[in-house]
Formats: sequence, structure tokens, C-alpha cells
Amino acid sequence: MVTSIIHRATGVILSVGALALVYGLLALAGGPARWNAFAICLGSPLGKLLMFGFSWALAYHLINGIRHLLQDGGLGFAIPDFIRSSWISIIGSVVLTVLAWGMVLTRWGQA
Amino acid sequence: MNGNANDLRTPLKRARGWGSAKDGTHHFIWQRITAVATGLTGLWLLGMVLSLRTADYTVVHALVADPVNATALVAFLLGMFWHARLGLQVIIEDYVHTPLTGAVAQLAVLFICALAAIASVLAVLRIALGS
Repeated sequence: MVTSIIHRATGVILSVGALALVYGLLALAGGPARWNAFAICLGSPLGKLLMFGFSWALAYHLINGIRHLLQDGGLGFAIPDFIRSSWISIIGSVVLTVLAWGMVLTRWGQA
Repeated sequence: MNGNANDLRTPLKRARGWGSAKDGTHHFIWQRITAVATGLTGLWLLGMVLSLRTADYTVVHALVADPVNATALVAFLLGMFWHARLGLQVIIEDYVHTPLTGAVAQLAVLFICALAAIASVLAVLRIALGS
């Protein structure tokens, strides 16, 4: 129940975030000056915070989406399975987000 | 079609499969197909982004211009914006109960997703073909 609502909410968040991706690609196609303006936007504290939130929404929507596809295939329909797999979506998305950011911060020499 | 006196189908047969979207199972199936496409190409892009060590213009430009990456990116953009439109469509159908507001919202979502897909694909083409 809750996982389904969050799936929709993260879907809306990702749709809005996708527009930032469009902005980034247009900036990259527009030359170094425009790209640098975009990079400064992303690198600002607000940009980093939005990227962090966006990455969690992405991790959640990805894991829960795979869960939904498996359920479409008829797997995990019993109520205990359903509840257990919804915890995988919630905890797994947090773990995945932390791992990804740990990797990024290490590679970019900030941790 | 419903008012056709020559229609021998039962009312149940006529209604079956249309649901609230008025579009049968077509929507459901394409939502799943675009989900798989977005997931697979998205994982490729995730690896691409995580492999970056700098936001330097020439490095990112070369990464996106690589033919394999550009292909994955275009496939991702088309599948993802289609998937976004299908998902937002269902959310509007479920939560907006005034026909006019609903229709305007549906049109806005469709146009924004289509424009975003066109703009981003053109940007990738421009980067990949180097003009």
C-alpha cells in the first residue's frame, strides 16, 4: 500500500528530475560556457541536495519497479512475501543510494 | 459504436478490457515494455555517470559522443519519456476528477514529455555528430 504510493511519488519526482537531465544535455550541446553554468548549478549545495534526493527516488523506483514486474509475472503474491519484498524496496533503496554516493565521493576525492 | 442496433455483442463483451483509461490493456503492456527498456538502458547510463571523475566539458562531451553511449542515451530518453507520460497519465486519471482540468493536465503532460524527448534527443545527436 505505502510502497505503491511511494512508487507513484518517486515517479513524479523522477519526471521532474528528467527535465534537469534535458537541461544538462542542452547545455552540453550548447558549448563549454553553458555547460559550466549547468555544472555550477549542480555543484551548489542546493544542487547536491536535489541530486541526493533524486538518486534515492531513482533507486527506489528501480528496485520497486523490478518488484512490480516480478509480481506481474505471478511471483510473491502471498501477503507475507508481499510485505517482505516491500521492505527490500525501502531498505534496499537507502543502501543503494548510500553505496552510490560513497563511490562518487571517493572517486571525486571528497571523502 | 454502442448505439449500433446491428452490434450483436453483449454489453459485457463491449465493456471488457477498456477500464478507466478507455484504452484496454494496450496501456498496461506498453508501461511494462517501456519500464524494461528504461531500466536496462538506465543501468548503462548509471554506469556511465558513476564512471566520471570530473565534470570537465571535454571529458563529458566525449563520453556522450561515444557511439555506444549516444545510442543508449537516445534509447533511454525515448523509453523514459514515454514511460513518464504513461505513468503521469494514470496518476491524473486517478486523482483529477474534473473532466476539463483532467484533459488540460493530460495534454500538458503529453506535450511536455514529447518536447523534452525531442529536445534531449536533438541535443545528443548534436553532441554525437559534432556540429
